[in-house]
Amino acid sequence: MIWTTLVLAGLVTFFTRFSMIALLKKDYFSPRVKIVLSYIPSAVFPAIIFPAVFLNSTGQLVFLDNPKVLAALAAVLVGYLTESVIATILSGLGVLWLLIFFI
Amino acid sequence: MNTRYKIFSKGCLDVIPLIIPVVPFGVIFGVIGIESGLGPTVTFLMSIIIFAGSSQLAFVQLYTGGATTPVIVSSVAIVNSRHFLYSAVIAQYLTKVKLFWKIILSYFLTDQAFIVSQKYFKEQPKNKDRHYHLLGSGFTLWFVWQLSTIAGIVLGEVIPKELNLAFAVPLTFISLIIVDIKKIDHLIVAITSGVFAIIFFNLPLRTYIIVAAAAGILVAYGMSYTKLYRK
Repeated sequence: MIWTTLVLAGLVTFFTRFSMIALLKKDYFSPRVKIVLSYIPSAVFPAIIFPAVFLNSTGQLVFLDNPKVLAALAAVLVGYLTESVIATILSGLGVLWLLIFFI
Repeated sequence: MNTRYKIFSKGCLDVIPLIIPVVPFGVIFGVIGIESGLGPTVTFLMSIIIFAGSSQLAFVQLYTGGATTPVIVSSVAIVNSRHFLYSAVIAQYLTKVKLFWKIILSYFLTDQAFIVSQKYFKEQPKNKDRHYHLLGSGFTLWFVWQLSTIAGIVLGEVIPKELNLAFAVPLTFISLIIVDIKKIDHLIVAITSGVFAIIFFNLPLRTYIIVAAAAGILVAYGMSYTKLYRK
């Protein structure tokens, strides 16, 4: 089961990269499509971020009394100021550990 | 042969500055793969078969959340759709190379390799061996990605579960969009997607990710009619 999924995901990834190289088209996309594609990370990643931050293990929405919310806010703040991938991840984990283990 | 080797080496060297954030990303993926119970073999082979960091993390997150094959594969397709753009830009420089080369270079076409090699291609309009640059940048990134995954797999076996390292997944995705969402239009798209994901989280088969991405893309389409995206 996981192998089928894995191979299909691998093929999909490869074919998005191979697509236009195989078709030999350089201006296949209209400017509008290019603009919309440039939003893809902002349109997709929050769908993974939000549930992982705001929902508890049973899928209930928890704002207060949820160390993950504060940790994510810290990561956003540090990321906003430093624009560093490593600093963003470490600050989020650091705040989470601080809240879980010491408070 | 000698000039080809030189071009290849230049590709390897040019991509190095962009590799630094790739290492923790690969390590996190390896750790998460082990903590999610995928096992070292699946985790390691995923880095070889998919070879795309955000897709791999999305895959693991959805798989452990109980998503089915069609949902996982279509999510990976959406996450990867930005590669269409890279492919379209690179295609114009690879019209003369053999199919075998096109296949190999497509496999290596990551964000980082694309950034440095398309810059080189632009500077070398007449160089017949310029594709060796993408081979160099792509291969270097590939090699570092596999090493970081292995490091993560080893670490994942010893790191205690209490550390909640699975939380590194949303944090990694935050770090990937943080520069974009400084712009108001991207922020609106991102919040739409996130709120839809929460509202539709209980849809069967974890299809919320498709619904949320669709909502985000629809808003992005609306943004393309405004002046906001130019800022």
